[in-house]
Formats: sequence, structure tokens, C-alpha cells
Amino acid sequence: MRKVLIKGNDAIVRGALLGGATHFFGYPITPASEIAQGAANLFTRSGRTFLQAESETSAINMIYGAASTGARVMTASSGPGVALMLEGLSYLAGAELPSVIVDVQRAGPGLGNIWPEQSDYNMCCKGGGHGSFHNIVLAPSSGQEMTDFAYRAFDIADAYRMTVIILTDAYVGQMMEPVGFPSAVRHGARKSWAVYGDESSRQNLISSIVMNQTGMAELNIMLQEKYARAARDLTDWDEIETEDAEFLLIAFGITSRVASTAVSHLRENGLKVGLLRPKTLFPFPSERIAELAGQVNLMAVAELNNGMMAQDVELAVRGGCDVRKYNWYGGMVPSADELASRVREDFNG
Amino acid sequence: MVKHAKPKGFYDTFERKSSQGGPESETTHYCPGCGHGTVHKLIAEALEDFGIKDRTVFLSPVGCSVFAYYYFDTGNIQCSHGRAPAVGTGVIRSLDDAVVISYQGDGDLAGIGTAEIVHAANRGENMAVFFVNNAIYGMTGGQLAPTTLLGQETTTTPLGRLADREGGPIHMSEMLDALDGPAFIERTSLSNAAGVMKTRKAVRKALTNQVERRGFSFVEILSPCPVGWKLTPIQSRIWIKDNMETIFQVKRFRDREEGSRGTGRMPLMGDEELKELLGSDHGEEARKGENLETECRVKIAGFGGQGVMSAGVLLANTAIGEGLEATWLPSYGPEMRGGTANASVVISDEPVGSPVVNRPTTLLAMNGPSLDSLEDSVITGGLIVVNSSLINRKVRRDDVKVVYAPVSDMAAEAGFLKGANVVMLSLYLLEKGVPGIQTLKTVIPKSIKKKELVEVNLKLVKAAEEFHAS
Ligand SMILES: Cc1ncc(C[n+]2csc(CCOP(=O)(O)OP(=O)(O)O)c2C)c(N)n1
Ligand code: SF4
Repeated sequence: MRKVLIKGNDAIVRGALLGGATHFFGYPITPASEIAQGAANLFTRSGRTFLQAESETSAINMIYGAASTGARVMTASSGPGVALMLEGLSYLAGAELPSVIVDVQRAGPGLGNIWPEQSDYNMCCKGGGHGSFHNIVLAPSSGQEMTDFAYRAFDIADAYRMTVIILTDAYVGQMMEPVGFPSAVRHGARKSWAVYGDESSRQNLISSIVMNQTGMAELNIMLQEKYARAARDLTDWDEIETEDAEFLLIAFGITSRVASTAVSHLRENGLKVGLLRPKTLFPFPSERIAELAGQVNLMAVAELNNGMMAQDVELAVRGGCDVRKYNWYGGMVPSADELASRVREDFNG
Repeated sequence: MVKHAKPKGFYDTFERKSSQGGPESETTHYCPGCGHGTVHKLIAEALEDFGIKDRTVFLSPVGCSVFAYYYFDTGNIQCSHGRAPAVGTGVIRSLDDAVVISYQGDGDLAGIGTAEIVHAANRGENMAVFFVNNAIYGMTGGQLAPTTLLGQETTTTPLGRLADREGGPIHMSEMLDALDGPAFIERTSLSNAAGVMKTRKAVRKALTNQVERRGFSFVEILSPCPVGWKLTPIQSRIWIKDNMETIFQVKRFRDREEGSRGTGRMPLMGDEELKELLGSDHGEEARKGENLETECRVKIAGFGGQGVMSAGVLLANTAIGEGLEATWLPSYGPEMRGGTANASVVISDEPVGSPVVNRPTTLLAMNGPSLDSLEDSVITGGLIVVNSSLINRKVRRDDVKVVYAPVSDMAAEAGFLKGANVVMLSLYLLEKGVPGIQTLKTVIPKSIKKKELVEVNLKLVKAAEEFHAS
């Protein structure tokens, strides 16, 4: 495969176009702006649609409109903007509309700053808006995965009629790495439920309102079944040196990159440490983590927030294994040495 | 209540309504004397008369007309509160031939959705907006609306609306008339039969404009809400005449008859053309490269404008050119505006773990502040290359290798001061050996976008080679 050196944010735009995206509605925010800028260039030149909205609220509703017509549609933002989109995410979930949202995480709360955090984990992985809903959440940790996940996201969104969030961070977005591109361009198919402004779709209705209790309950139950199906079919993760691990690190995104370096240092020093890196955060690889809880003596979750993923790990292991929390905030990303020394301390008890 | 002579733009029976537990399937859910029923009927009639039911996408808002989709025999989308103009923007950007109708109340359009309507209007989106102004929130029980009249009692202004507290009624037609975007703006009233006839005309005009692609068309309709106003249907119509029409002038504000609005889209590229545009078949063929003794973690730092970012990109590309793995991470954001910038490059013969460089193996210091702030971070046994044109102090540490080179002067001598970064990078490669300077020479013509600058950059590489050899 031929590879080009490219920013993670640019890799997203290319993967999305190759994955069949036809519409991008966005609003600028650091550190995600290159995605909107790249889309403004490439979506426009290729005869697709790019439009800068007046706000993230409007952007997500433009997505709602275009998704209603069966289009493969996306946006990209960062925490403050994604927070504004939560109303829209809830409506998308209720109306079962497919869409793709990229969150290039920055530090919070409030305006925070523009350096990486992973503190949108709960907002994105737990639904985030009104009602009992979920989004599928993919967590790329490299430029290559930025392209690959964006490429696949539209197929997943269409298959499940769900929003797929690509939850990345400022460093993976800003970093340049060699990236190879898929060779086939994908396209969305006509959808039986969408509104096309033609005779055969005239009877179709896109809506999230069900004005009776049993009907609304049925919709909710159907959604939960869909999420269970996604958990069976989509859950994905990577493991490094877990076969004989006595200590398991768990991390995603930029933190998993640091962790993989830390693990190789620790292994060189003879410590049996492994790494599990979720590639999907919803659905979460709970079963595999529970299995490993029976093997290792200790787990530690390294993340740039106050222990949000650690809560999911604790739920998965159900007290079967001690779970340590390594947390950083404000855009501070640990060095591999710093992380390794935290592990060494806990390893040696 | 719409009961007799139902227009064909409606469904024959309102199945969606009865399926939600409504008792009758031939009548609407609106209260007796409500203006929504009248406006619905005028729209339905026009849809049938113009033969555009198949093409029409009807957006239902949040408000009493939230269930408009019970009635209109068209494609239907139910929207969140106030956002229909944004939803419609998404629809029309996808369906070039659709007739998009956004039907909204005054809370929806003039309250929570003010931004959406203003910007859709300003863009001149191809959509017909029917704005039912009943000066109150009907759905939620008669609360204050942005269009509520001064002195008007509502459930949240029990003592009457007061300008000093709530401000006065908002005039949406006048506001939108201040924009260039809209093609058609008219305010009508349902106070009497003549007003209904005028409204009928305006509705048909707005829809004709969609068929003709004339652009954004806005009809504000002063409309009765007997239940919210606590009046009878007949009293309500008189109240509109006597109170609303004096505040909200019934008038055609704009009718731009000429011209049509295009999609603003370029021709659609096929798969091969798209791949060419993305350059997705370009780049280096991945291959297994040389082995490195240790991973190189390089920090290139200097003033913004000294090309530290692009030197980093060149370095990463040179590494990839030799089949090595590389990452490049910039400093970014406001700190860039402050003057100093740095790029972190990690080069390895295995996939790179952390791209973050806290303890560089090499520091390429283009200016004094960079050396001051980063000297201590370099690992023992590491390398510092100092731009001695701009840095007149020595490195204080004695546990690192130091190369002093007047890279800015060398670049100036070659007549291209901006190329100091390339001299610096070349010296690094010459010092290290891997990746090699020969690879840089093949990378420069491929990476430098301004072709006229390739030659001078290659000259700078040569100058660095001569300096290194001496
Ligand atoms: C985000 C949100 N806030 C509040 C509501 C509650 N709500 C439903 S309808 C409505 C007011 C609608 O008034 P208007 O647009 O004037 O329409 P009318 O009912 O008078 O036709 C409100 C506030 C909601 N559904 N969503
Ligand atoms: S409350 Fe008012 S606006 Fe709503 S249906 Fe009744 S009369 Fe119409």
C-alpha cells in the first residue's frame, strides 16, 4: 500500500469521502478545524456538499435533514461544540437516522483549552442527550485508523441506523503519520425509510415522537435490542503482550500510544505488563476485560479525564480485580517514562 | 376544524392520528377556531392544485402543529424545537428538486429558533416558510411568546407583558426584510374572509417560488388561538383585527420575481476522479527500512516563520522514504501566535508508540528562546544543533554533543533566508547518517509545493554538506 504523511484530521476527511460521505455540515473549533477546512476543499471540489453552519446546533440539525433524505452525512467538532449537538443526537437516535460525528477532544470543562483530554468519554459513550440511547463510538489511535474508521463509519451508521462518533483527541488529530488509503470508493444505497421527495417515498415519516406510552416503550425496547446486537457484532479491541500479563493497562487514543511505549520499556525490564486498547468504546469490550480479570493481578486505566473509562472497567470486572486509575487533565499527556513508573510502583505493590 | 371538502393535499383519513389513540380519523387535533386548521387547508389545496405532493418534504415543528405530519400527504420530517430551517437546509442540499416547507409557530421560529430562521433566510435557502404568529405558546398552555403584545396576559405574564421586563413584540418579517437573501416576504392575517383569501394567495406564491426555484419565501400569518387567548373563535378574529394588525402591519415586504437560485454545487466527481483529487494512490510504497540503533526523538524549535514545522515534515518524509516509521506533532493554537513554535518528530524502525517528545534525543535550536527553554530536556548523550547566527551563547551542558552552525547566515548567503530550516535539517541528517541526506534530496522535489524553490533548497543541502565536511 502507498502511504502519504498526513495529519490525522486530514486523514479523516479522505477516509470519509472514500467511505461515501456526500455531505458535511460544520462549525470551526480548535483542534478540529482542519477537518472542516479539508472538507470545505475536498467535498466542494468533488461535487459533494460542504456548508459552514451558524452554530453546532444548526449543523447537527442540517445533518438530521440530510440524513432524513438518505445521504451519508457528517460533521466534526470538539467538546464545546459536541455538547451543543446533544439535543440533535437524541433526535437522531429517536428517529433512527445514520450519521457520523467526529469529536477531536480538547480539555474542559467550559472553554477549557485546546490540548488533548479524553473527558468527552461519558458524553459520547453514554448517549449524552435526552433519553435511553447510545451512539456507536470508535476510538482511533493513529492516522491510519483515522482514515480506516472514517471509511467504515458510514457503513456501520447505515447498517444500524445509528450515529457513529469517532472519538479522537487533539494529538491524534494534529499528528502527522504515514497513511495508506482504501482503494475502493463506497457508496450509500437507497433506503426504504428515507424521504426522497418522490412518489415511492411519499408515505415515509421521519420522527421521534410517539404520543402513547406503549408505542414509545416499544421503540425504546427495539433500540436496546439494536444496541445489544451492536455489542455482539462490533465490539473491537487490540491487545499487546497480554498472554502472560500479570498487570493489565487499559487505554485508548493518544494515551494508548504512550502506554504501548511504556509496556515495551516495562517488558524490557522483565515486568509482565500487557495493554488492552479498546477500538470501540461503545460497545465496550467488557467481556474480554472480565476474562482478563481472572488472569492478571491488577489493572490500571490510563486516561486524560477523571476516570470515566475506569468506571466501565470496574463494571466489567465486578470486583474481580483491583482497578487503579491513572488520570491526567488540562492537556497534560504523560510521557511513556512517567506512565511506566506509575505502573512500576503499583506492580511492586 | 377541517371537516368538509377536505383538500386532496391531506390524507383521506388521518391514520397517523388515530393510531396514536385519537378518537376520530377525519378531523384534525386542533381546537375549534384555531388558525392552524385554516393554514393547513390552504397549503394542502395548493399542493394538490400544483401537483407537487410527491416532490414535497414537509417539516413539522414543535408546537401545536407538531402533528402536521398526520395530515399532509407528502414526505414528512418532524423536527426539534425551532430547528426546522436548519433541517430544511440539510434536505434541500440533498434533494435538488424537492419542495421544502417549514411550518412553524412563533415560539418555535421567533424564540428558540431565531438563529436558524435568520441564517436560512440569509442564505436564501429554497424553502417556503409558513410562520403562524398567534402571539402565544399554544401547545404548552398559553405562555408568553416573543410576539406577545404589550399588556397581553399570558400564563407567564399574568399581569400583562411589560416592555421594561419582557421587551416588546418581535417583528420577524421586518427583521428578515433587512437581509438580502429572501425572495419573498409577506405578512397576512386570518382576521376575516378577505384576509384568508390574501393568505391563500401568499401561500400559493411561496410554493410557486419553490417550483420555480426562486429561493427563500416567508409568509407570516396572524392567526387566532382562541384557547390560549381565552376568547371565542369570533372574538378572536376581532382581536386580531383590533390588536395584532395595529402592531404587526399586514403587508407584502418583498417580492423578487426575477432570477432563480442554483445549488452552488460543482459537478459530481466519479470514483476515479475522486481518488485522483485525494491523491489516495500517491505516496511512498511502504517497505521495510534500515534498522535504527535507537528511536530518534527530535524537537525542532524556533520563531514562527523559521519553518520549524515544515522542517519536521521534511524530516518525517525523509524517514518514511527510507522505509522507517515516523510521527510529526506540532505545537499549535494560540502559542503559535506568540512567536515560538516547535515540531516533535519521532523516527523508529517499529511502529511509533508515543508521538509526544518530552525528552528529545536531539534538539535543533533555531533561536535563543528555544535553546533556553529546551536545553535541559535533551537526554544525556543526546545532540543539540545550535543556529549560531542567532544564538550567541554556548550550550551549558557537557553531557551532550553540540554542533554550532550559522544556518541563517548560510541560507542568507544562498539568497534564501527562509531555507535556514533546510540547512539545519541537513546538518542533523549528516550528523546521524540515518535517515540519509541522499534521501532528503529525493524528498525535496516531491514535498516542496513551489517548484521554483526546489533548486535553491537543494543548493542549501549542498552548503550543509560542505560545512559538515570542513
Ligand atoms: C427544547 C424544548 N423546549 C421546550 C419545549 C416545550 N414546548 C413545546 S411547544 C412549545 C411552544 C410552542 O409555541 P409556538 O411555537 O408559538 O406554537 P403554537 O403551539 O402556538 O402553535 C414549547 C415551549 C420543547 N418541546 N422542546
Ligand atoms: S392551543 Fe391555540 S394554537 Fe393550539 S390548537 Fe388550540 S387554538 Fe390552535
